[in-house]
Amino acid sequence: MVAEREKAWAAAASVPDPEVPCVTVADLGILRDVRVENGVATAFLTPTYSGCPAVDFIELAVETALRDAGFDARIERVISPPWTTDWITKEGREKLRAYGIAPPVKGSNSKRALFGETVVACPRCASEKTERISEFGSTACKAQYRCTSCGEPFDYFKCI
Amino acid sequence: MADQALLNALIELADDHNILSHRLAEWCGHAPILEEDLALTNMALDMIGTARGLYSHAADVEGRGRSEDDLAYLRVEREYRNCLLVERPNDDFAHTMLRQLFFAAFMEPYWQSALTSSDETIRGIAGKSVKEVAYHIRHAGEWVIRMGDGTQESAARLHAAMQDLHIYTEELFHASEAAGHCARAGLLPDRTDLRETWLETLTPIFAEARLEMPEGVPPQIGGRDGLHGEDLGHLLAEMQYLQRAHPGASW
Repeated sequence: MVAEREKAWAAAASVPDPEVPCVTVADLGILRDVRVENGVATAFLTPTYSGCPAVDFIELAVETALRDAGFDARIERVISPPWTTDWITKEGREKLRAYGIAPPVKGSNSKRALFGETVVACPRCASEKTERISEFGSTACKAQYRCTSCGEPFDYFKCI
Repeated sequence: MADQALLNALIELADDHNILSHRLAEWCGHAPILEEDLALTNMALDMIGTARGLYSHAADVEGRGRSEDDLAYLRVEREYRNCLLVERPNDDFAHTMLRQLFFAAFMEPYWQSALTSSDETIRGIAGKSVKEVAYHIRHAGEWVIRMGDGTQESAARLHAAMQDLHIYTEELFHASEAAGHCARAGLLPDRTDLRETWLETLTPIFAEARLEMPEGVPPQIGGRDGLHGEDLGHLLAEMQYLQRAHPGASW
C-alpha cells in the first residue's frame, strides 16, 4: 500500500510545469498530496495564480502521468489554503536560479511599498545591482529585471 | 433564502471582476508601451481567474446545473449586477489607471476581511486574490503618481479622469440586500466598513500625485439593481457574441 502510494507520488511529482519546465509540480509545491485507494490515485493540486492558464493543462498532465503508471486517476483542485511562493522547495529554488530565473525574495510584496526596493540577485552573476524593467512578465508569476553588472535581462519569480 | 442571498452576492462580486477584466483586456495590443500591454493583460488574467472562482461557486450554490460560462455569457445587461465603476469605458490611460486604483484599493481590504469568511471556498478565493490585488494597487498607484506629478498633459488627463470617475466610487460601499445578508451571516465582508482603509491607501498616493478627490458631489449608483449605462451593453455584445452566435460552442 505504501509502495503504491510512493509509485503514484513519483509519477505525479515528475510532471514539469508547462511554462517553467525546469521545475516539477512537486518542486513548485502545487502537488499537495497523492492518495491511493482501491487502485484509484487522487492527486491534490493547488493553482498558483487565480487566472493561471496552465492550470487545466497541469491537471491533465498529472492525470496522464498517473494513468501511464497504471492507476485510475482523479484530480482534486484545492484552493484553500492558497498557494504561496514559500511552498517552492529549496531544490526548486536552486533549479529556477540555474535556469536563469531569480527565485522569489521573501516578504517583498507589500502594497505600501510604492517604488519599494526589493533586492533581487542576478541568477547569472549573483550581483545585487539589478533593476526592475516591468512588474509584470511573460507569465502571471514573473516580473522582468535587468542586471546592471553583467547586463543580463532575466525573469524574477514574484513573491506572493 | 440564505442560499439565494449568497448566490446574488457572489454574482455581484463576480460581475465586478469579469467586467473590469474585460475592460483591461480591451487594451491588449493597444497599450502605450509593451510592458503596459503585459501588465494590463496580466491584471485582466488575475481578475478573470477570480471571476471564474466566484461564478463556479455561485453555480454550485444555485445547484441548478448552470456553469460559470452560462453565468458569464448568457445573462443580459439588466441581469448583470456589477457596480458602475468597472463598466466605465477605458477612455485614456489616466482613466484606466485611476479606475483600477479605486477598485483595487477597495478590494484589498475586502479580500483581507474575507480571509475569515465562514465559507471555505470564499476563504480560498480571498487568499489568492488578496495577494494579486496588492500588485494592482502598486502598479496603478505608481502610474497615478507618475501622471499626476508628470507633465502638464498627463496631469490634465488625470484630473479629468478624477472628475469623471469619482462619482462612481460611492457605490463600492453600498451593500445590496443580498450583500448585507451575507455580511450579517459572516459569509462576506461588510462593504460599508471599508471606507477608512480605502482612504488610507489612496490618500498618500493622491498627495504624491497632487490630486484631490472632489467632495459633495451626488454619487451615481444603480449597478446592483441592474441599472447600467449604455456602455455595458456594447461590452456584453462583444463579450457574449460567440456564445450567442454559436450556442454551446466549446474549445
